[in-house]
Amino acid sequence: MSNLFARREQSRSVERHNSPRHPWLAGPYIFWAAGFIVLPLVLVFYYGLSGPDGTFTLANLAAIAQPIFRNALGQSLLISFGTTAICLVLAYPLAYILSKNRSRSGAFIIILIVLPMWINFLLRILAVQMLIANNGIINMILGHLGLAQMRLINTRAAIFLGTAYDYFPFMVLPIYNAMCKIDHDIIEAAHDLGANALTTFRRIIVPLSLPGVISGIIMVFIPSISEFAIADILGGSRILLFGNVIEQEFNMSNDWHTGSGLSLILMVFIIISMIVMHRVDKDGEGQIIW
Amino acid sequence: MAKRALIELIDISKKYEDTLVLDELNLTIGENEFVTLLGPSGCGKTTTLRILGGFTSPDTGKVIFDGKDITNLPPNKRHINTVFQKYSLFPHMNVEENIAFGLKISGKSQDYIKDKIKYALKLVNLDGYEKRRPSQLSGGQQQRIAIARAIVNEPRVLLLDEPLGALDLKLRQNMQYELIRLKNELGITFVYVTHDQEEALTMSDIIVVMNQGYIQQIGTPEDVYNEPENAFVADFIGDNNLFSGTMIHDELVEFAGARFACVDKDFGRMRPVDVIIRPEDIVMGEPGEGQIDGVITDVVFKGTHFEIDVTSNGFVWLVYSPKRYAMGTQVSLRVTPFNIQIMNKPESDDEKVAEPDE
Repeated sequence: MSNLFARREQSRSVERHNSPRHPWLAGPYIFWAAGFIVLPLVLVFYYGLSGPDGTFTLANLAAIAQPIFRNALGQSLLISFGTTAICLVLAYPLAYILSKNRSRSGAFIIILIVLPMWINFLLRILAVQMLIANNGIINMILGHLGLAQMRLINTRAAIFLGTAYDYFPFMVLPIYNAMCKIDHDIIEAAHDLGANALTTFRRIIVPLSLPGVISGIIMVFIPSISEFAIADILGGSRILLFGNVIEQEFNMSNDWHTGSGLSLILMVFIIISMIVMHRVDKDGEGQIIW
Repeated sequence: MAKRALIELIDISKKYEDTLVLDELNLTIGENEFVTLLGPSGCGKTTTLRILGGFTSPDTGKVIFDGKDITNLPPNKRHINTVFQKYSLFPHMNVEENIAFGLKISGKSQDYIKDKIKYALKLVNLDGYEKRRPSQLSGGQQQRIAIARAIVNEPRVLLLDEPLGALDLKLRQNMQYELIRLKNELGITFVYVTHDQEEALTMSDIIVVMNQGYIQQIGTPEDVYNEPENAFVADFIGDNNLFSGTMIHDELVEFAGARFACVDKDFGRMRPVDVIIRPEDIVMGEPGEGQIDGVITDVVFKGTHFEIDVTSNGFVWLVYSPKRYAMGTQVSLRVTPFNIQIMNKPESDDEKVAEPDE
């Protein structure tokens, strides 16, 4: 009954979609999209595929072969793969436990996870900086305890800490949602058919939570591949990420052509990762976010 | 009917927070029986089924299966399979994979699994549906796949938790016959939970009528229908007339403002009793022909018969009649002594008639 209802709702909204009654209502957004999405994209393509004299060239794309850019791309891929892996390893068990224990304390933990998302991410990263700086809070505590101080800031580990901290909620929430949607009867049915806890987890819970995992991976991997602010603040510019070199091309070298060319390279990586995820997620349930 | 006991529930009690759901329940289920647990919602029938399946453990008492204590055995170790109310097919697997799930876990060979899938789909009349996804099936088809998924594991007992509840009337009736056929073909024990008394009467060998955590009556459908042991059972199974009365002495009872001859004895003198008369057992005639006279106050056409309310001495009698009567017609009512069912008044609150919610 509710299914039928939903379908009717859906078909009605499709109708509305086909013949908009007030098309001008979309005007402000179209204006916005044209000015801040379409035009910049056109400019990136124009600069990326042209030389300083305005003629067509692939030289800006070929710039990726230069060691400095190649290394930066490598660092970025390392950071985004690493961040995604760290977030997944931490988030999956947590989401599983929280979905199984939907009590008040569970809801409280979800709020704790979501709460930092309401604070500007730069503030959050600056707070992490305060914690791990050479004379920061962690070293202060270690000093008071008479333990050796640690060099935390300006290392790759510091960047991982910052990105993983920053993107963690984006991994937990979709997985948690997907797990909450698994009907308890289905798990009982698996037990009923002879599956022990491990088999039920492997054959039922993992596949049914996959859409959430894929959403989580996309929401962590794609933004972290173009990350540069966290590397600046916590990595102390010692580790150049791809986002950093693109930023330098625009702001320091004033070379918009190379900067755009490198942006196009980055775009290729993002599109490839989306295609890979789409292949894995055959049912397309993870598509909600893109 | 004396069949070997396959399952014994001994002194089972179960509390959810402060509500006692089952109170020292004792039940024996024989091999190859179709046993239905029947009662209104909240009567403890689903909890009983979940205890049989191993999904809920009783607070006290024992579950004996084939002579062994399985009270603390997890569901995956029991030779019992369940058909769930909401079908609970695995949405990420197609029909074939759903049916193969239990067989793969028990390590059966590819060929065996293939044969079994074929056999099971044939049994539920869905051959050719191997590659469909659960979302592509109707409710009735999903239900039948859920049954197929359970029976391929050759359980000794199949538990069914209101499996037809979500289906429409026609489909439900068809599925009732299918289930009877399946039970006969498979030769296994069925334990079926429902709140639908018609379903219970149609399919069961044995009906267990439950209310408020107590078993009210165990018997064949005929027993339960014709000779309800108490007012709750009488009220829950089928339409009927329930009167409060007094047993004057053996074979004479007073109720509804008149005295009637009956066949019951040994209730004592002047004892308060409940009296049940089935509406199809009352014969209408011209005024003065029967035991009491009354006037027709309501007539409803039901297809096979008319449901007629007759008011007499301020009491309303429900009567089934093949013939239409006009409102206000003066009639007489006659009941043969054999059709007057007399029961002791309940002694404790627990046995009191609770309004069934259907």
